[in-house]
Amino acid sequence: MKLTHIIPLISLATAVYAAPQSFDFKDPKGVNNAVFKLDAPLESINGSASGISGTVSFDPENPAATTGKIVVASESLTVPNPMQNGHLHGANWLDVAKYPEISFETKSLANVKTDSNVTTADVTGTFSLHGVAKEITVPVKFTYLKDKLGSRVPNLKGDLLVIRANFAINREDFNINKGQYEDKVSPTIDLSLSIAGAAITK
Amino acid sequence: MKRALQILALVAALGVPTVWLATGANRGWTKTSEAVKTLDEVTGIEGISYQKKFLPGVDFLGAGFGGAAVLAGASLFFRKPKTNNQQ
Repeated sequence: MKLTHIIPLISLATAVYAAPQSFDFKDPKGVNNAVFKLDAPLESINGSASGISGTVSFDPENPAATTGKIVVASESLTVPNPMQNGHLHGANWLDVAKYPEISFETKSLANVKTDSNVTTADVTGTFSLHGVAKEITVPVKFTYLKDKLGSRVPNLKGDLLVIRANFAINREDFNINKGQYEDKVSPTIDLSLSIAGAAITK
Repeated sequence: MKRALQILALVAALGVPTVWLATGANRGWTKTSEAVKTLDEVTGIEGISYQKKFLPGVDFLGAGFGGAAVLAGASLFFRKPKTNNQQ
């Protein structure tokens, strides 16, 4: 085989290897979760959401080019008190019947730093909640686990991408009881996202 | 009837705080489920699931004492049964 034939083949192989992978965040093991915390006079309201889906395109050779969208089913938000749970899902608060999804879609990454398989970045994107879309910047930690999918889901080969993010939003920015109940429920909501996505290799 | 209401009020006033103390003296609101964390060893993510568990809170305590007060108050509307004092 001539060198002129080999070079395009090597280029093609490199391009395929370096292509971004699409990670699916619908977790078959159900551990993906988003935790939320709101301050309230008697005790802080702690809850979590498990209905997480979405895809993220991540290239370990070029993490700065990461794009994607993570969606949380509003109805999956749960707090341990049944009355608070009803209020949370009801029309006065999240109105899950009208706004069934909470989402974050990336626009750009800044301050990208990679150390071994861990990348940190400030991710700017559109956060949509309660029918309001707002651009926010979130510090995100990506952990790329090559060939680890099989350790988690037997009979499957592929990579895992773990995303962790801690940030806060103001419910009033999303028209959730703006200017109301501030003495009962803090306007600031602390969010903590811990999710793993899988990219199956064929 | 008066006596029965007084006994019920006493049972509520003593029983409710006993249950509250026995279940961990939760100083928050009553919960009907508890978050259980499980560690996914591959990803290091702590998964959260909820198991049904009744954890009475201060609202349970308040309702118990309130109920006891209502029962005790209601007992005042009943007269003591007359006893025949034949001297």
